[in-house]
Amino acid sequence: MITLQRENLDTLLNVLQEHGYRNVGPTVRDGAIVLDQIRSSADLPIGLMEQQDGGSSTLTRRDDKAFFGFTVSGQSWKQFLFPSRECLFTATKNGKGWSSSNKHVDDRPHAFVGVRPCELAAIQIQDRVFLSGESKDTAYQSRRKGIFIVAVNCSFPGNNCFCASLDTGPRATIGYDIVLTEIIESGRYYFTAESASEIGAKVLEEVPHETASATDREHVDRAMTQSVEQMGKSLQLEGLQQLFIASREHPSWDDVAKRCLACANCTMVCPTCFCSTVEDITDLSGDHAERWRRWDSCFSLDFARVAGGNFRSSVRSRYRQWITHKFSSWVDQFGMPGCVGCGRCITWCPVGIDITEHAATLRNGAGLEQSESKN
Amino acid sequence: MHTEDLAPLLRQHPFLADLPEQHITTLIGCASNVHFAEGSQLLREGELADKFYLIRTGRVALEIDLSERGQLRIQTVGSGEVLGWSWLISPFRWHFTGVAVTDVRGVALDGKCLRLKSENDHDFGYEMLKRLAIVMERRLEATRLQIIDVYGSTPEVGL
Amino acid sequence: MIVQTETKLRLQTDPMVPVQTRITRLAWETDDTYSITLDMNDRNYAFRPGQFNMLYVFGVGEAAISISSDPSLSRSVTHTIHKVGSVTSALSHCKRSDVVGVRGPFGSGWPIDAALGRDVCIVAGGIGLAPLRPLLYSLFRKRKQFGRIVLLYGSRSPLDLLYRVELEDWGKRHNIEVLVTVDRGDPSWKGHIGVVTTLFSYIKIDPRATIAYVCGPETMMKFTLGTLTTIGLPGDQIYLSMERNMKCAVGYCGHCQYGPHFICKDGPVFALPRVKNLLDIKEL
Repeated sequence: MITLQRENLDTLLNVLQEHGYRNVGPTVRDGAIVLDQIRSSADLPIGLMEQQDGGSSTLTRRDDKAFFGFTVSGQSWKQFLFPSRECLFTATKNGKGWSSSNKHVDDRPHAFVGVRPCELAAIQIQDRVFLSGESKDTAYQSRRKGIFIVAVNCSFPGNNCFCASLDTGPRATIGYDIVLTEIIESGRYYFTAESASEIGAKVLEEVPHETASATDREHVDRAMTQSVEQMGKSLQLEGLQQLFIASREHPSWDDVAKRCLACANCTMVCPTCFCSTVEDITDLSGDHAERWRRWDSCFSLDFARVAGGNFRSSVRSRYRQWITHKFSSWVDQFGMPGCVGCGRCITWCPVGIDITEHAATLRNGAGLEQSESKN
Repeated sequence: MHTEDLAPLLRQHPFLADLPEQHITTLIGCASNVHFAEGSQLLREGELADKFYLIRTGRVALEIDLSERGQLRIQTVGSGEVLGWSWLISPFRWHFTGVAVTDVRGVALDGKCLRLKSENDHDFGYEMLKRLAIVMERRLEATRLQIIDVYGSTPEVGL
Repeated sequence: MIVQTETKLRLQTDPMVPVQTRITRLAWETDDTYSITLDMNDRNYAFRPGQFNMLYVFGVGEAAISISSDPSLSRSVTHTIHKVGSVTSALSHCKRSDVVGVRGPFGSGWPIDAALGRDVCIVAGGIGLAPLRPLLYSLFRKRKQFGRIVLLYGSRSPLDLLYRVELEDWGKRHNIEVLVTVDRGDPSWKGHIGVVTTLFSYIKIDPRATIAYVCGPETMMKFTLGTLTTIGLPGDQIYLSMERNMKCAVGYCGHCQYGPHFICKDGPVFALPRVKNLLDIKEL
């Protein structure tokens, strides 16, 4: 472990640039924290955080000058690796058939600066979704290869965070090239840093640093312990997969369905949701066609439509599909739950539906007698 | 055909499987052998329902008159099955017309005779009703499934 | 760009880009269902009974359609299609020698080996007969390796019956029992009238020795499964073909999920035990 002075954060960013990476990180735009290209540390949301609750996220001034005093924004890193719109091929009519060509994939190297441990876990999950099946997404693969990850441990968890319950944070353990912890001690700001890859080590070598002391390590440990204690929410994972399978007719689904607007915000902000749709379009002449893949949501009305009807026409069934997939089916499909405890779905749900609350309701067996007698 | 010859036909029919022998004897008194040529009517909608048919071979189509829309064939009853129970329930009128779509052979049981014997011998009556209940249940279930129209496509806008 | 890591998909290198094929035949089976035959040319294309292709009409879109021809004649592939949406409508207006895009084949097939040395009961409802026809052709090719073969086929009305000429032919030429029923008859129909499960009254299958393959609308499959179970067929002797909304057909768009299964790659054919506890869940 090494330590970096506050001002060396810019040096780190410059070194990354010299290595050919475009730096992307959190920045403020339109009153919210978004992920975009950053030119220097001045672009980061210094002294800012987002006050998050069920259904709200407000940009708020902190009483310090932390670079990373916020948790997660409405945008996740999936927008870079799994873009919301991607052209799969273009085709031009010729004679009776057509000639097609693949669209160019933007796989320029990027450095993701400020990746939270929960987001690291989300990237790992999407790696599994897109790269471990019979059909690999090679566009995802080539974009992924060029990514350098600067993770930042989470010292200030939010009201909707529950990474500790899922073991995806607040401390990053795998999947990063460099991990930083921002320490604020007696008015002094600095970073601890560790590398976990060859390139990560190389980059750190080029940034002025000192060896971390035992006190530095203690600061990190203490920050992490405090973080766990201050975690806004919790979720008991044990037996949850089976619980969802057994609770398909639980009355709580009706309660949530009354509130859910099927707006699909949760799936858009969720860093692991991967559903997409395929769109075939032509221009006005009809001679030029394109196939696009774009994000889709199991909440959309037509998601489960077939020629003979619609398998999930009620909001109830679509909400149930989403959360059951996240905590139950995902385990069967990919060997791990699809949730990383980032809490975005709670923050960005306009009516503040809380999946940790719902899981607890199912677990407490509220109304369990009723659902048993229905069977 | 002599009535003694009817006993084996009755015993063989699936509807009367496991019927105690004394009740077979009771039935013989109501039974007659029947044969319908292809296209002929076994029973007509609205008329007095006085026969209970055990179909041995062939197929009977049940038709309902839909006035200006003609006749609709809604079900067929085939070999090993039975036709009609309106003889059991007042006002004893057929709710459909039965047409032999193939050559049909079977045993007809007189409805009034069956009602009388059932009143006098409740054991016999119960054995018949037990079997009829199963037939009705199965027929109702099959009819419900027919109503669903599983093969129809739902008219959808913009699909 | 998506590439498959296995050689399972032989038609194209990129599973999301259709390969161009020519229509050799388009014929109407009923007034809303047609069969389209495509020339696979000299491509190394092969499919298993029960699999499906994604058929692409330039600029309009794709539809997931089961393959309904003989797998041993893989140069020429037929799909029987119900005209019901924009893609299937556009496809129905195509003519001989028009070009159609194809991606595939996808999905799991009917396990024929399970029926070796045993009796076979095939229950088809409506257009469900289309994905079962390749299975029948495969059984015919090795007829002696199977015992009794029974085909129970139900459709809406006599005019909606598919492959009528073949149905008669199969019975005579390949020593199989074919029973056909319709939900609604017409004055000229002399066959059975009633749901397909009523046909079980006329055949006596041996539940211990029979493998059942079922395909049709989901409701029809459910009540057929009920009857097969009542007759005593063990669940692992029953196979069915499920359907869901397909977009990518390679397991990452998420549309075809059925419980934990992706119908496009874990199905569409499933042995009953795998989906038994899902079938009763409303709006799954």
